[in-house]
Amino acid sequence: MFRFIAKRLGSGAVLLLVISTLTYFLLFFSSSSVARNLLGDTATPEQIVAKTHELGLDRPILARYLEWLGNAVHGDLGTSWFTSQPILEALATRIPVTLTIVLFAIGTAAILATVLGMSAAVKGGFIDRAVQFLAIAGFAVPNFVVAIIVVTLFAINLALLPATGWVPLAEDPTQWAKSLVLPVSALVINTVASAAQQIRSAFKDVLSRDWVRTLRSRGIKNSEILFKHVLRSAAPAGLTVLSLQFVGMLGGSVIIESIFALPGIGHLIVDSTTQGDTPVVMGVVVFTVVVVIVVNLAVDLLNGWLNPKVRV
Amino acid sequence: MSTNTAALTHSVAIVRTSLARRLFKNPLGLISTIIILIAVLVSIFANLIAPFDPNHTDAMNLMASPNATHWLGTDAAGRDILTRIIMGTRGTLESAILVVITSIVLGVPTGLIAGYYGKTFDAVASWIANMLMSLPSMIVLLAVRAAAGPSILISMAVFGLLIAPGFFRLTRTAVMGVRNELYVDAARVSGLSDSRIILRHILSVVRAPIIIQSAMISGISISIQSGLEFLGLGDPTMVSWGSMLNEGFQNIFVNPLLVMWPGLAITITIGSFALLGNAFRDALEDAQKVKLNRKQAKAALLRAKAEVAELQAQSATGSESQASENHLLSVDHLSVGYPQASGNLKYVVQDVSLFVDKGEVLGIVGESGSGKTQTAFSILGLLPDNAKIAGGHIVFAGDDLVAPESGAISQQELTKFRGKRIAYIPQEPMSNLDPAFKIGYQLVRPMTQVLGISKAEAKAKALALLETVGINNPLRVFNSYPHEISGGMAQRVLIAGAVSCEPDLLIADEPTTALDVTVQAEVLDLLRDLQSRTGMGMVLVTHNFGVVADLADRVVVMQYGRVVETGDVRSILRNPQQDYTKELLSSMLEGKTPMTMLTGPLKGA
Repeated sequence: MFRFIAKRLGSGAVLLLVISTLTYFLLFFSSSSVARNLLGDTATPEQIVAKTHELGLDRPILARYLEWLGNAVHGDLGTSWFTSQPILEALATRIPVTLTIVLFAIGTAAILATVLGMSAAVKGGFIDRAVQFLAIAGFAVPNFVVAIIVVTLFAINLALLPATGWVPLAEDPTQWAKSLVLPVSALVINTVASAAQQIRSAFKDVLSRDWVRTLRSRGIKNSEILFKHVLRSAAPAGLTVLSLQFVGMLGGSVIIESIFALPGIGHLIVDSTTQGDTPVVMGVVVFTVVVVIVVNLAVDLLNGWLNPKVRV
Repeated sequence: MSTNTAALTHSVAIVRTSLARRLFKNPLGLISTIIILIAVLVSIFANLIAPFDPNHTDAMNLMASPNATHWLGTDAAGRDILTRIIMGTRGTLESAILVVITSIVLGVPTGLIAGYYGKTFDAVASWIANMLMSLPSMIVLLAVRAAAGPSILISMAVFGLLIAPGFFRLTRTAVMGVRNELYVDAARVSGLSDSRIILRHILSVVRAPIIIQSAMISGISISIQSGLEFLGLGDPTMVSWGSMLNEGFQNIFVNPLLVMWPGLAITITIGSFALLGNAFRDALEDAQKVKLNRKQAKAALLRAKAEVAELQAQSATGSESQASENHLLSVDHLSVGYPQASGNLKYVVQDVSLFVDKGEVLGIVGESGSGKTQTAFSILGLLPDNAKIAGGHIVFAGDDLVAPESGAISQQELTKFRGKRIAYIPQEPMSNLDPAFKIGYQLVRPMTQVLGISKAEAKAKALALLETVGINNPLRVFNSYPHEISGGMAQRVLIAGAVSCEPDLLIADEPTTALDVTVQAEVLDLLRDLQSRTGMGMVLVTHNFGVVADLADRVVVMQYGRVVETGDVRSILRNPQQDYTKELLSSMLEGKTPMTMLTGPLKGA
């Protein structure tokens, strides 16, 4: 078990190193006009040279990269070019918003998708067709269109919930909950649509195994076979589906946060991208990759616990 | 057989045309194809069709409702919405095509090489594919946008790279499956070069999945492209559905119609690609799989029941009804079928009658496809979901397992019999144990549930049973997972499980077929021993007359789902009446005298 975890952590670290290296060279290769963008058109050439030197952009990219890497290992991701705010600090204020939304969304989606997918596989008939229809509908309507629809419906037409904005939990729990509902549902709807279909297939696959029939022949109650045996064997596939959906949600939150004006990571990266605040973009990429690695490790460990064969 | 082969080659020849026909016969396939074609034409002739210049502003008509001049109305700047939708089509489709081409170019060749040659290349390529798959593409695309500026084409090409693992995996899996197929070996032996083999034989296998995947990826690309444009990260000089959506969203309190048009355009286009992909998949699967709506299925079943009733009326004179007699198990005129595309039932069991008495071993013999296993599953009520009992009556110790009119009894009712009174030994030992639970649990749980004894009692009993079935170290096996024991051991475990609740009737479905020859004899000895000790009745399903001769008291010979001959073992072995029985007997090597000598030299075989 220890070796298993160590191996996974090692491969995660390699992934993080490769991605951050690639991203660094991609992002900083073409940062020649940064100083001009920062200072505006009125800046004199001397000012630009001075600013470029201040940001260290006149040094070779390899040297800059190694310095960045050294700092990053010690937990320092640099500062924003525009606000001079340390990037770790900028992330720290925004991570709670994004994680709240994404965790609520993945939790709700996991429950709904499992219930729907499982009943579609076991019962067939109407619910099966509904799940298959939902999968195509969810695929056809991208999450930002879903978000616009729920805003139009619940915020504008029915005026039940705020259309945009974020209220911290500490400030007003009721408003906090209200400001969560629409963004979370926008993420949940699309996720459930595709995850339910995949979980359905995972269950169908397990239900057709020989040992399910043999368990039935032993006189074990159907509910016990479904919830104890079939659920457990279908769980690894379901978890993998949900972990992919979770990663997808991190990307989806970019658009959702823009639509609902939420001060999260997604909003941060969109703003930094349009401004050209490269160090912040870099910071968000590193953070996202870390989250992805942690989620994948957690799923691997859970799968190892669920499936005795993997543990060896 | 020769007619079969002829039919096969014929069907291969027509498969492509009939695939297209099946695709367009499906209304969704036809509609989605038409919509995509229209979108393609609109994007090509956009400049000719569009009623206005996309940037022409009508200052008098800001946010006009749909009217005769502006069919879909105007936006906040007074520009014609229909024109802008038409103009946005090209960028949308171009993005989809660019992504599909990039991902195919990157994914398919690498998948072919990785699947065909394996080794280092496979390991490296798979690692890269996993890495790309684990990244949230939207974040990566934003980073690319930050580096490369507002070019949607660069973003889409990068997205093609990010999604290429889909094609890579698909191709790799397909190639790995095909690589070891006989016909590829044959091609290799006949001297074809690797590249010829890949092109001729392997690409033809992955072609269809690639088309399906391309349709899906087109849909995803449109969603991503619109998303980027919606965020305002696209090329500001280009008209796009996403940027229209963005502009509309800013005015959503004033005029919700502004988001509706681009929203609809996006949804309909993506939906068409999704439906096309689905329709294509259905068209491919239709050849093997049968889809019936409920009405057709019901009609087929009713028709089948009528046929069966007629059949029974004809044969009623021949065989007396056995249900009335006091057998342990009696199967009376049982028919089982599977619904076909034509709306008919394909029978796998037809008018089968048999009985088992207390303490008796009945052998059901026949080659594969003779319906013997389906008969066994009917008794247990464990037929696959799509199987239909078209008629017949099964009585076990006075209780109906299949009622004469209404068909199968509910699963809940049957659970009362299973395990406790009727038990089952499967054919393939390794696939019949739940891999996630220890053997001990799988033995103990049925006993605590069916017999209502305590866990400790059940464990003691399970250990004793494991010893009875000839396992040397019962405790070790008890604490093992199924993948930790051998096939022969697993079959002993399954036998122990079947007899653990002291059933009156044991149904053994080819209990020795999957085992080594040496283990086979031991397992048969074990079964004989258990049967004579407990006095249970037994149905022994097998294709092997040797097994029957060894264990059975009476025999039912089945062929094509029907009973061919029945009688006690000795008389059938000594004096078979039917040709099929004789054939089966002569295929038994034991004690057989060579019947035919090779005459003359062999030619070309």
